Amino acid sequence: MSRLPAPDTEGLYARHPGVFDRPLSARLATPLMLLGASAIFIFGLVHLGFSPARMLAGLHQLGWITMMMIPPDPGASLPLYLKALGETLSIALLGTTLAALFALPVSLLAAKNIVPSNIFRFPVRRFLDSIRGVDTLIWALVWINVVGLGPFAGVLAIAVSDFGAFGKLFSEAIEGADHKQVEGIRASGGNALHEIRFGLMPQVLPVIAGQVLYFIESNTRSATIIGIVGAGGIGLQLAEQIRVLEWQKVSFLILMILVAVAAIDWISSKLRFAIIGRRAIV
Amino acid sequence: MTLAVTILPSQQLAALNEAYRKAVARKRLRLTLGAAVFFAALLVASVGAEVNLRTFFTYFGNFISYFDRLLTLENGSRVWTDIGEWFWGWPKWLWLLGETILISYVGTLSGAVLAFGLNFLAAENTAPAPWLRVVVKRLMEFCRTVPDIVFALIFVIAFGLGPMAGVLAITIHTIGALGKQYSEMVENIDMKPVEGVRCTGAGWISCMRFAVLPQVAAGFATYTLLRFEINVRGASVMGFVGAGGIGQELLVAIRKFYYSDVSAILLMIVLTVFVIDIGTGWIRGRLFGRGSHA
Repeated sequence: MSRLPAPDTEGLYARHPGVFDRPLSARLATPLMLLGASAIFIFGLVHLGFSPARMLAGLHQLGWITMMMIPPDPGASLPLYLKALGETLSIALLGTTLAALFALPVSLLAAKNIVPSNIFRFPVRRFLDSIRGVDTLIWALVWINVVGLGPFAGVLAIAVSDFGAFGKLFSEAIEGADHKQVEGIRASGGNALHEIRFGLMPQVLPVIAGQVLYFIESNTRSATIIGIVGAGGIGLQLAEQIRVLEWQKVSFLILMILVAVAAIDWISSKLRFAIIGRRAIV
Repeated sequence: MTLAVTILPSQQLAALNEAYRKAVARKRLRLTLGAAVFFAALLVASVGAEVNLRTFFTYFGNFISYFDRLLTLENGSRVWTDIGEWFWGWPKWLWLLGETILISYVGTLSGAVLAFGLNFLAAENTAPAPWLRVVVKRLMEFCRTVPDIVFALIFVIAFGLGPMAGVLAITIHTIGALGKQYSEMVENIDMKPVEGVRCTGAGWISCMRFAVLPQVAAGFATYTLLRFEINVRGASVMGFVGAGGIGQELLVAIRKFYYSDVSAILLMIVLTVFVIDIGTGWIRGRLFGRGSHA
């Protein structure tokens, strides 16, 4: 049986001093970072009013609430809740569609391969960024001030906030498109609009369709939320029932939302596969 | 060199043309049908959402003038003529913004730690038992499908008004969202190091620590930073339901029509989000170099 020769520790040490004796700053960096992160964390816990007593009391309360949620029961207001759910789905569908319609032309302006000049592109991009920086809930409050309480305000809120997101996503899709087909159109005598219609759009539209479907799905969730500030849909019912502590109705509403989101999820993933094929899930 | 384009005999050409026409017609038919279904859905939806175009056009002027009013001070002059008056409440607002960031920091960190603990149980290739995997996956799905603000509404009642409810709501949502991303990442690792470590007689925990973790640590950090960014946005509206942060102040300003305050607070929120956006991007670049973020 052969044995490995004894490792040449001295030689290794001489050849790779950096491995055995890292500078103090490198050795201290990770622990210091961890220490800093946990220091901020503990400061946060103290500053935000966490205490074991409060935590325990809250958990106790939460346990009671959970007990009272079972079994989920809509009482006599099931038709009302179904109508509200329909309203939420309508808000999501209409809001996303409106946003996509308006975002498509703007995203062309924000794409590098269509508008090479930085002077136009930069303000368009910053404009889209600032729309995205404002939460959907805030847009909902603004629109409630303009068109009054109700689901219509919700549609407009989702439309505006998704407009920002779509503008960015679409322009990235357009920038990622293959340039050869555009050149082909130009070579056969097409003008700039022909290039966009026949060179770019066939490449970009399936990607865009996938993104729109994905957003319809995630907007079902957002549409639930904006009801809380009064913009219609099932969120309005949910917030009301939480305020009057009708826990059985609350748990029923939450279940309804979960089922609706799962259903939309399923439908939209089927549609996405049909549109863009199984490989390219965005 | 001359090139000749051979033209097929007309009989063969006619057959090909016919086939092409049919293929295009089928595609057009499908597209038209799809569009018809879609428009029908839109119509139904617009009835359901009580869309009223007359209200919209009557009040659209309001929307434009709303922004005009946002940029006007109480005394009628433009906001930028008197920055001191516009941002009159800045010490308080800055304080609340700091609290907002702290809420999302604490929420993200505790959510990330819990998601880290759970994700190895949820990934297909590392789960110790199939039933455990199913339970953990369903739990995460629940955590991320219920919107965080709904959790906040319930927690405000259980834990009392204040930032604690906001932190817990963000924590729960983060567990669901990060747990899914983490476990998907673990499912994509190379299994050879795991086999190697297991061959030395190591237990499950050592396998995770020495074979899985080194492969996924960078990706985990990236996702966590992105989640922090998202949570800052989320925390800025937690105040709407009484769960701390700047949202409360904003809600009051919007509801009571303090226009210049609304624009000042919004501007501060947007700027903060920008700064955090850039900051986390910079940290990601420093940690993993350019182009390596998933």
